[in-house]
Amino acid sequence: MTLVASYLDYNATAPVLPEARAAMAEALAMTGNPSSVHGFGRAARRAIDDARAKVAALVGVKPEAVVFTSGGTEANNLALAAHGFERVLVSAIEHDSVLRAAPEAQRIPVNADGVVNLQALDDALAAGGKALVSVMLANNEAGVIQPVAKAAAIAHRYGAALHCDAVQAAGKIEIDMGALGADMLTLSAHKLGGPSGVGALILRDGVALNPALLGGGQESWRRAGTENLAGIVGFGVAADIAARDLEKAPALAGLRDEIERRVLVVAPDAPIYGKAAPRLVNTSCIGMPGVKGETQVMAFDLAGIAVSAGAACSSGKVTPSAVLQAMGASKELAGQAIRVSLGRGNGPGDVARFAAVWKDLYDRARRLKQAA
Amino acid sequence: MSTVTKTNGGGTQTGDNRPKLPIYLDYQATTPCDPRVVQTMLPWFTEKFGNPHSRNHSYGWEAEEAVEIARKQVASIVNADEREIVFTSGATESNNTALKGVARFYKDRKDHLVTVVTEHKCVLDSCRHLEQEGFKVTYLPVKKDGLVDLDQLKSAITDKTVMVSVMAANNEIGVIQPLAEIGKICRERKTFFHTDAAQGVGKIPLDVEAMNIDLMSISGHKLYGPKGIGALFVRRKPRVRLQALMTGGGQERGFRSGTLPTPLCVGLGEACAIAQREMGAEAERLKMLRDRFLAGINKRLPEVFLNGDLDKRLPGNLNLSFAYVEGEGLMMGIKDVAVSSGSACTSASLEPSYVLRALGVDVELAHTSLRIGFGRFTTEQDLDYAVEHIVSAVDRLRAMSPLWEMAQQGIDIKSIKWTGH
Amino acid sequence: MAYSEKLLEHYENPRNVGALDKDAADVGTGLVGAPACGDVMKLQIKVNEQGVIQDAKFKTFGCGSAIASSSLATEWIKGKTLDEADQIKNSHIAQHLALPPVKIHCSILAEDAIKAAIADYRAKHPEKTEG
Repeated sequence: MTLVASYLDYNATAPVLPEARAAMAEALAMTGNPSSVHGFGRAARRAIDDARAKVAALVGVKPEAVVFTSGGTEANNLALAAHGFERVLVSAIEHDSVLRAAPEAQRIPVNADGVVNLQALDDALAAGGKALVSVMLANNEAGVIQPVAKAAAIAHRYGAALHCDAVQAAGKIEIDMGALGADMLTLSAHKLGGPSGVGALILRDGVALNPALLGGGQESWRRAGTENLAGIVGFGVAADIAARDLEKAPALAGLRDEIERRVLVVAPDAPIYGKAAPRLVNTSCIGMPGVKGETQVMAFDLAGIAVSAGAACSSGKVTPSAVLQAMGASKELAGQAIRVSLGRGNGPGDVARFAAVWKDLYDRARRLKQAA
Repeated sequence: MSTVTKTNGGGTQTGDNRPKLPIYLDYQATTPCDPRVVQTMLPWFTEKFGNPHSRNHSYGWEAEEAVEIARKQVASIVNADEREIVFTSGATESNNTALKGVARFYKDRKDHLVTVVTEHKCVLDSCRHLEQEGFKVTYLPVKKDGLVDLDQLKSAITDKTVMVSVMAANNEIGVIQPLAEIGKICRERKTFFHTDAAQGVGKIPLDVEAMNIDLMSISGHKLYGPKGIGALFVRRKPRVRLQALMTGGGQERGFRSGTLPTPLCVGLGEACAIAQREMGAEAERLKMLRDRFLAGINKRLPEVFLNGDLDKRLPGNLNLSFAYVEGEGLMMGIKDVAVSSGSACTSASLEPSYVLRALGVDVELAHTSLRIGFGRFTTEQDLDYAVEHIVSAVDRLRAMSPLWEMAQQGIDIKSIKWTGH
Repeated sequence: MAYSEKLLEHYENPRNVGALDKDAADVGTGLVGAPACGDVMKLQIKVNEQGVIQDAKFKTFGCGSAIASSSLATEWIKGKTLDEADQIKNSHIAQHLALPPVKIHCSILAEDAIKAAIADYRAKHPEKTEG
C-alpha cells in the first residue's frame, strides 16, 4: 500500500482517539452482559451508563434521552420510521440513510449555497398532515451548516416534529439539542474520534419510536440487542473529548482557509461549494475545472494524500455528487469536485502538500487541454 | 507451577489450585472476548483506521481487505460462501432481518411462518410483529426434552409457508435441535429454513450445505468475539431475497446499510477462525467439566433436576432446578459465582422462564432454576469451587425454606390453597 | 441492580429463622405468597398473656429481598404488642432495606405475613380481640 502522508478525509471516518482506544481495550476485557444481574453484568451496565451520560452531555440532554444504535444509518432509519406521522419532508441534501429510509418523502430544495429553503419548507408544511421534517445540521460533503433551529420553529408551528442528522456536525460545532429545538437527533461515534459500529438517536421526551430491532428490553425497549459495550465506551470517551476540543476549531478553520486561498491563487475560477454560507470549519468542497473527481482522488492517493469524491457510502461506486447537483451544479461540474475534510492530526504541512499536488494536477490538465 | 495464566474470563488460575474470584459461569449470556481476538482488533482502531467503503484511497483499501478476510473466516466456520455473509450489529439484528426481511419480500405469494415457542425473544417478537402486519405464525411446542417434534413440524408447513425458523441451540437449556432433519423437510417442502445459531456457532459443528440451511444468524459475543457485531448467512443458490431493515449507503449488497465497523468485523472473523480450529478439543474438555460438575452436585444434593436433554446439548450448558430454593435467592447466596436465573435479556422481570414452562416444568420448579454456562476459560478449579458454594447455599436456603419443611413433613405443596399476591 | 448493605446483611445473617409449634395456643402462624409466584413466607409469633409478641420465627422461599424483608419483620415485631405490630407498613420495610422498585412486593408480602400471623393468633383467642 501507499504510505499515507496526509489524511484529509475526516468526514468519512476519523481515527479513533488514543484515549477511546485505551478505554475500549479495557472494555473488551470485561466479561459481562450488561443485562445480567450479577456483578459482571452490573460492571458492564455501569460502563454503559457512564458513556450514556457523556454522550448526553455532548448535546445537552438527559442520559435517558440517548438510544444507542449500531451507527448513524440505523439511527436515521429509526428516526424516519418514528411513530405517528402521516408524511415526511426532508432537505434535498440529506445523507442517503435519510433519503432511502423515507423514499416517499417530499424533498425541500436548497439554495446555491447549500442552505435549505425555509420558505419552501413552510409552504410544504402548510399543505397539512402530521409531518416529520428531517434537516441535517451540517452537510457531509460541503459542510454547510443548516438553519435547524429556524426549521424546527417552523415545523413546530405546524405541529410537525423535526429530526436532525447531526452526524457530521457533532464534535465540530457546539450542539444544544434544546436550543436547536430538534425532537430527534442522530449521532455517530466514528465521525468524532470514536469507533465505527456505534451511534445514537437522541429523543426529546414524548417521542415514540417504532423499534426496528425487537427482542430484549435494552435501551428502554427502544432498541433490542446486546449492547456494543466496547463501542459505546469508546463513543463516550470520544464524546467527552470532542466536547472539550471544540475550542480548537479556529485552528482548523485557518488551515482550511489557507487551502482554499492557495487553490484560488492557482485557479480563480475553481468553485468552492457553500463558501458563502456558514460551514463546518474543517470541510472544503473544491471543484477542479475539467478534471474528474475520481481522477483527482487517485492522483492525490499516489501522492500520499487521502481525500474523497462524493460520499464514501455506496459500495465503491463514485457518482457525481447529488448534494452539489441539488445546489445547482451541473452533473459535469459536480463530478469534478473533491472533498477535503480536516481533523486533529492535520497541520500546515498537510496544507502545503495538498496545495502543491492540486497545483500540479491543475497545471497538467491545462497543458493537456492546450495540447489538444 | 507458579506462573499465572491470564485470561479475562474470571478464570485466572494460580499455581496453588485456587480459582480467581468471582467466577464467571454465564457463558450463554455472553462469552469473554478471547484475548487473541482483542489483539487482532486493536490495531484497527488506530494505526489502521479507514472507512472500508472509501474505495479511492489506500486506507480504505486496507480496511476493505481486512473485512473481506473476516467475511471468509465467518463463512468458513459454517461452510458458506463469503458472498453469502452479511455483517450486522448482532444476532438480534440478524434475526429481525431474516424474519421480517424475508416475510415482507415474499408477502405477495406467501403469508405463513413456522417457529418454536422456545426461540429467543427477538425471534418471537419479530414473529409477533409480523402477525400484526397480517402474517400467520405457527408456534410449535417442544417435547419434554426441549426438542421439536418433526412430525408436528412437517404438518405445520403449508404451501403458504415462507419460512421455518428453528434455533440451533437454546440459550437457556442448551438443547440442540435436529437441524439436518429440519433442513431436509424444508427443502422438500420448498420453504426457507432460518436458524438462529447465536448459541451454536463455534460450539457445535454447523454446515449450511449439509443441513440445507437458507439463513443463519450469528453472534460475535457468544463465540468469544466482541459485542456489537454479528452476521447473517443468506443463501445464494437457491437464492433467498429479503427486504433490508436498514437502508442508506447500500453496503452489504443492499442487505444492510451502514459503515462497516472494521475492528468488529475483524474480531468476529478471528473469533470464528479460532473456534473452527479449537471447537473439537474444546467440546471434549467442556463435556468432561460438565460431567464432573453434575456428578458433584448430584452426589451431595437431593432433588436437583436437569432441564432439557443432556446428550443433545451444548457442551457448556446446564440448567438445573434446585427444588424448594428460589433461583434469585440462590444466586445471591453464591455471590462469587456468576450464573443466571433465566435468560439474561429477561432477568429483570420476575416471570419464570417461558422456555422452562414450554418443557412442561412446573412453574414452582421453574422458579428454582439456574443456568450454569461455562466455556473456554473455565477451569476445573472454578467448577469445584462453584459446586462447593452452590451445595452449601442450597443447604442453607432449604433449611430456611417453608416449602422444604413441608416436603420433609410429607405435605403436598400442591394441596395447599396459596394466596398469591 | 445493586442491593443495600442492610439488605445483604439480613440475607447473610437472617434473624429468627426457624419454626414454632403452629398448634400451640400462644402461637399465630401466617403463610402468605405462592410457590408459583416465586415467594412464600411463613411467619410465626409467640404471644404472652399481655398480648406482647415474645418470639417470632420465619421461613421464606424467595429472593434475597424476600428473605431480608421477613427477617427484618421478625426483628421488628418482637417485643411489640399485637396492635403495634399491626401498624408496621410495607413502606417502612422497603425504606429500611432500600428495596429496588421491582422488589417492593417483597415488603408487601412481609407486611401480609405479619398481619396473617396476628389474625391467626386472634382467631385462636376470640375473647382477647373483643376488648
